[in-house]
Amino acid sequence: MTLDWKKLGAGLAIAVGATVAASAPAFAAAPKIDSGDTAWMLTSSALVLMMTIPGLALFYGGMVRKKNVLATLAQSFGATCIITVLWMIVGYSVAFTTNADSATNQFIGSFDQFMLGKMGLNSVNPLAATIPESVYMFFQMTFAIITPALIAGALADRMKFSAFMWFMSLWLLLVYCPIAHWVWGGGWLGAMGALDYAGGTVVHLNAGTAALVTCLVLGKRVGLGTENMAPHNLVLSVIGASLLWVGWFGFNAGSAVTANVNAGMAAAATQIATAAAALGWMFVEWIIAKKPSVLGMISGAVAGLVAITPASGFVDAQGALIIGFAAGIVCYFSAVWVKKWIGYDDALDAWGVHGVGGALGAMLTGALAKNSINSLGKGWIFDGNGHQMLIQFYDVAGTFVYCAIGTFIILKVIDLVIGLRVSREVEVEGLDINLHGETVHG
Amino acid sequence: MKLITAIIKPFRLDDVREALSATGVQGMTVTEVKGYGRQKGHTEIYRGAEYAVSFLPKIKIEIAVKSEMADAVIEAIASKAKTGQIGDGKIFVTPLEAVLRIRTGETDGDAL
Repeated sequence: MTLDWKKLGAGLAIAVGATVAASAPAFAAAPKIDSGDTAWMLTSSALVLMMTIPGLALFYGGMVRKKNVLATLAQSFGATCIITVLWMIVGYSVAFTTNADSATNQFIGSFDQFMLGKMGLNSVNPLAATIPESVYMFFQMTFAIITPALIAGALADRMKFSAFMWFMSLWLLLVYCPIAHWVWGGGWLGAMGALDYAGGTVVHLNAGTAALVTCLVLGKRVGLGTENMAPHNLVLSVIGASLLWVGWFGFNAGSAVTANVNAGMAAAATQIATAAAALGWMFVEWIIAKKPSVLGMISGAVAGLVAITPASGFVDAQGALIIGFAAGIVCYFSAVWVKKWIGYDDALDAWGVHGVGGALGAMLTGALAKNSINSLGKGWIFDGNGHQMLIQFYDVAGTFVYCAIGTFIILKVIDLVIGLRVSREVEVEGLDINLHGETVHG
Repeated sequence: MKLITAIIKPFRLDDVREALSATGVQGMTVTEVKGYGRQKGHTEIYRGAEYAVSFLPKIKIEIAVKSEMADAVIEAIASKAKTGQIGDGKIFVTPLEAVLRIRTGETDGDAL
């Protein structure tokens, strides 16, 4: 997303600077805030917030057993609130400001915007020069919210709420913020030329990797394989997945950070890939398991949304179709078969869908990016730029390794201090009544 | 007098009720129940995780009739509830000792 703007912004500054130097030095190179861009980015921010609450909350909430519904909703809602405040205090500053020391800036931003102290009515982030900084900060905040919240799919049914809130907070600051800076905030991955339009690695592979580590550290749910753990209400999940789909236009088309041709192309690519992925999962499940399940269709749609995320502003309609269809099929195998073979308990398939879909999307972005769609991207197949595949691989590997190590350390520290997992008794009886003192469905 | 208890597939209920009315049955009690017989249960699959559901939804019909009507009632239920597939259900017939209509105090045959 800001990859565009980092470069465009720099180009703009040079162009404006040259003009100013050539003509009269009377005007400062103040960027002009565009009302159309601002309107679209306000809309996008609200759409992306809707992805987490209620989208993700319902998507996950419908898939758990009825004793854990409220606890699952509380995770999405709680994450939204704690991350909003932390983003305000320091998260935005670390991820999206430039560190004066250029070596440090490869890895982390500055603390200039601590408590958003310098965010005025008219201030602008150079990464998004045509909208107010308040809007850019809010837009990026909604990304920072959904990324950790996605991890909840892997830890469902067994983590303490207190541990969860600590985990969300530390993970945001120590894992998400640095990686967002690497790719979008001026860090080393963006500088290397990694193509990640809206967060295939920063958001989805990142959250997916954390999910994998979390479910390995936590261990399996009590009764897995012997008890009936069927989703208690897939209607909620269908509503949630549909809200995710609609909200995702803010995510992908909003990542143009402007209301322009790239936003339009990203929206079209998103719609096409999502539908293709839902069909891909549906068909392969229909063939293998004999029935096209509703859970399969919506899972496929989410897989498509994930995989098109890094590619959305770089590929054309045909590329989107290929990425979507591939994501539906690959994520079916990762969530259904690979999980079974290896035996980790990624309860709601945060790794199987978001991790695998994000990595797949990142690699396919390198393959299918088209210079005629976005001048910032040169792909392998259409533009003959095979080197992009290597860069995309660095992006995937860098995110995976840093996230896995960071997540592991954070979890171990929390486990040591307050404990991660609820007692067996609480787990069997249910989180809703024990952690929150409430129940749903009587 | 006989008490006829039939367990049938839910979707056959309307046909069975019509046929019973035609034979002159004046009333019946219908309950949604769960159980299993030779059909066993079924399997639900969610992203590859299979869960056996042992009890299937069925309909239980209870009808009290005079003994001479029993055969016609059994025949009506059996013919209309039958699909030929496993899980069609069963009919139990038990002798009925006494019947009382609460409103009028009528008993036995008069109360049916």
